[in-house]
Amino acid sequence: MNEKKRGPLAHIVKRPVISKQQAYAVRALSIVLAIIVCAIVTFLLTGDDPISVFKTIWEGSFGSERRFWVLMQNISILLIISLAMGPAFRMRFWNIGGEGQVMIGVLATASCMIMLGDKLPAPILIIVEIGAAIVAGAIWAAIPAFFKSNWNTNETLFTLMMNYVATQLVAYFIIIWESPRGSGKIGIINQKTMAGWLPQIGQYKYLLTVIVAIVLTVVLYIYMNYSKHGYELAVVGESERTARYIGIKVGRVFIRTMLLSGAICGLAGALMVAGTDHTMTTTLAGGRGFTAVMVAWMAQFNPVGMIFTSFLLAFLQKGAGEVATQFGLNQSFSDILSSIIIFFLIGCEFFIQYRIVFRKEAK
Amino acid sequence: MDNRVPAVSMRGITKTFGPVVANHDVSIDIQRGEILSLLGENGSGKTTLMNMLSGIYFPDSGQIMVDGNEVSIRSPKDALDLGIGMIHQHFKLVDVMTATENIVLGLKEDKYDLKAASKRVKEICDRYGFDMNPDQKIYDMTVSQKQTVEIVKVLYRKADILILDEPTAVLTPQETEKLFDVLRNMRKDNKAVVIITHKLNEVLEISDRVDILRAGEFIGSLKTSETGVQEMTDMMVGHAVELNIDRPEPKNVEPRLEISGLTVRSEEGILKLDNVSFTANSGEILGIAGISNSGQKELLEAIAGLQPVESGDIFYLSEDGQKTSLIGKDPLDIQRLGVSLSFVPEDRLGMGLVGNMDLTDNMMLRSFRKGRGLFVDRGKPKGVATDVVNKLEVVTPNLATPVRRLSGGNVQKVLVGREIALAPSVLLTAYAVRGLDINSSYAIYDLMNQQKEKGVAVIYVGEDLDVLLELADRILILCGGKVSGIVDGRKTDKYEVGLMMTSLGGGEAR
Repeated sequence: MNEKKRGPLAHIVKRPVISKQQAYAVRALSIVLAIIVCAIVTFLLTGDDPISVFKTIWEGSFGSERRFWVLMQNISILLIISLAMGPAFRMRFWNIGGEGQVMIGVLATASCMIMLGDKLPAPILIIVEIGAAIVAGAIWAAIPAFFKSNWNTNETLFTLMMNYVATQLVAYFIIIWESPRGSGKIGIINQKTMAGWLPQIGQYKYLLTVIVAIVLTVVLYIYMNYSKHGYELAVVGESERTARYIGIKVGRVFIRTMLLSGAICGLAGALMVAGTDHTMTTTLAGGRGFTAVMVAWMAQFNPVGMIFTSFLLAFLQKGAGEVATQFGLNQSFSDILSSIIIFFLIGCEFFIQYRIVFRKEAK
Repeated sequence: MDNRVPAVSMRGITKTFGPVVANHDVSIDIQRGEILSLLGENGSGKTTLMNMLSGIYFPDSGQIMVDGNEVSIRSPKDALDLGIGMIHQHFKLVDVMTATENIVLGLKEDKYDLKAASKRVKEICDRYGFDMNPDQKIYDMTVSQKQTVEIVKVLYRKADILILDEPTAVLTPQETEKLFDVLRNMRKDNKAVVIITHKLNEVLEISDRVDILRAGEFIGSLKTSETGVQEMTDMMVGHAVELNIDRPEPKNVEPRLEISGLTVRSEEGILKLDNVSFTANSGEILGIAGISNSGQKELLEAIAGLQPVESGDIFYLSEDGQKTSLIGKDPLDIQRLGVSLSFVPEDRLGMGLVGNMDLTDNMMLRSFRKGRGLFVDRGKPKGVATDVVNKLEVVTPNLATPVRRLSGGNVQKVLVGREIALAPSVLLTAYAVRGLDINSSYAIYDLMNQQKEKGVAVIYVGEDLDVLLELADRILILCGGKVSGIVDGRKTDKYEVGLMMTSLGGGEAR
């Protein structure tokens, strides 16, 4: 047989079935590969010893008790936003508006603290501000769902644009409420009275957020797997036609689920403003509305899995930032490292779905 | 025995998809001036085998020889260069173009000359007796005309080895006759023709030789003049099969569903059902015949509450004589009215079931709302799933297997099993045996008869006229969204029904 008569060198074949263990093995392998590539890149570009770079990454997160708690808070916020994405994505409603839903929650909380700080007693103020954040987030998320269910608009574009609207609203109110005048910032809200600040549990102000995240994980796990609502939204996600066939009102499920998603995002905003940061900036969400999309996907929308994926991403981001400062590299270098890792993590999903078959020599 | 050099011979062809062996060590010969039937049940690997010949797939191992020379076919273009053309089951035509434009599409000719092309198309049509207008747009064509375009397209590219994948599946008996005449002309012209089929009477009617595949393996080659339906079936299935469908006499017949003046438009405003009236009775199977897309889907979906109705009425008559209108009700409303209406839709995994969910979760699609509280109860659906698996002999590793991993026949058993478990008084089924092997098909026919004997009003939309004529008590024929006629299943024949499918009332009652 001459060369011409051979088949193609390699072709891509869809994997029929892959066990969960195999899938996790592929993912673990991809992380290992990512770290190796990171080490090579670091060495080639900077000449620094990769081992000490990794050590720095570790110390960035676990170097001190405070760092540990900051990491925990970061993970928790990311986890809460990811949990919010879960139900929407399970029903194939591509909500990429987590950022905006968080920001509108931030705005609602901050405005309650600023406007009502000296008018309401502390416990009531806290209830009002959290309630306002939840309602604001829910409404913000339900608007695209409402339009989709009535006029079949594209939810991806719609939720994305709502992000910009929310961020601009925040920017506008920062100028209105700026203090001191001309600084372009709001500063710490109610610094003296601490009105509207969430109570601190234990030594650090971060624990409350962690507890909320854990509770929400359990609640959402049960909601998605054992409730009628969870079953309905899974059916809608798998096939809208099947949903209609069994009499599920698809539009209503869209709106209902997005109300839930938005409410959780709003709560995340409240936790950031009233719980830890006590101020409002346009970058408070810091892209976590988008990172959460990745966290949710990598965990296959499983709330428990999201604990691990949010840990991974938050840990990497923290570590990469630490590397940049410790080694005197600029911020871009840490971005390169986290990008490499994310590239591998997302890329490995391809190998979970498909495998590449090389031509076998003819017998 | 045969000293001619075959047009094509495939030797020791093996093709696997993951763990699925689609073809294992298959060797066949295709001769010129001969019509070869490739016979086998669904999933036996007929289409896969031919797809390797037409360049869609590449074999894992084995050799292909054309006119005695070994070749490597890596793309449909390679195949055409060798004179091999395949007409697929699903047509690949551009709707807004004319027949000729479609035919020359993708050809790299020196000059783009539509007139000359149109002339050549005409020549081809005259030569083989095709009935086709080269300047007609595709969207104006019937299914049979579209198929003609596909065949001419392949001939225009000078193919002399033609493969047709289930060409008669979409045709009426009359159109099938015409196609067969054309194929005979091709045989006269010394072309090699292969038809992939699972219809035995057609094998006997048209082909000279039949090669039988079973579960991806080559079973045998027979001269059609020396064999019969029973022998071929036994080879195809692997054991002796009883080929009769029961038709018990209807008992306790009373009107269950009354439909009058039903008119339905699609979302684009196209009239899909036009003034359709009929009655479905309990204890009876009402067959619905018609060429594909004559309004069958819309009719069933309108009854099931899934299709908005423009005008007309659908009444459900309960056993105690109460009359309820189902117009404007969605499936949930109908369920809440206490009307037990089961529907086995055409699109099993896209509508009737959720492919990624397991058997238990699929069983509760209809019933998950039962019981108060926020949480679903998976206990009872699990029981139903176990029952269905046991009674209908569903082959599945366990109840936690996603249904999309089951074979076509088992998927359908799960769906029909669930719908029957609802103890329906009306059972709607659309193409219930499409894609199923013979054993599963007969299992479904039995289930239909059991439901009929229980007093259920069964509406059976079918595409195989032979089966409809054996199974249904009455047959309603749809033609372009209108009722062309309702005939007694025991007194009519294939040609009467076929005529009514293409013209209202069979042409005479206009």
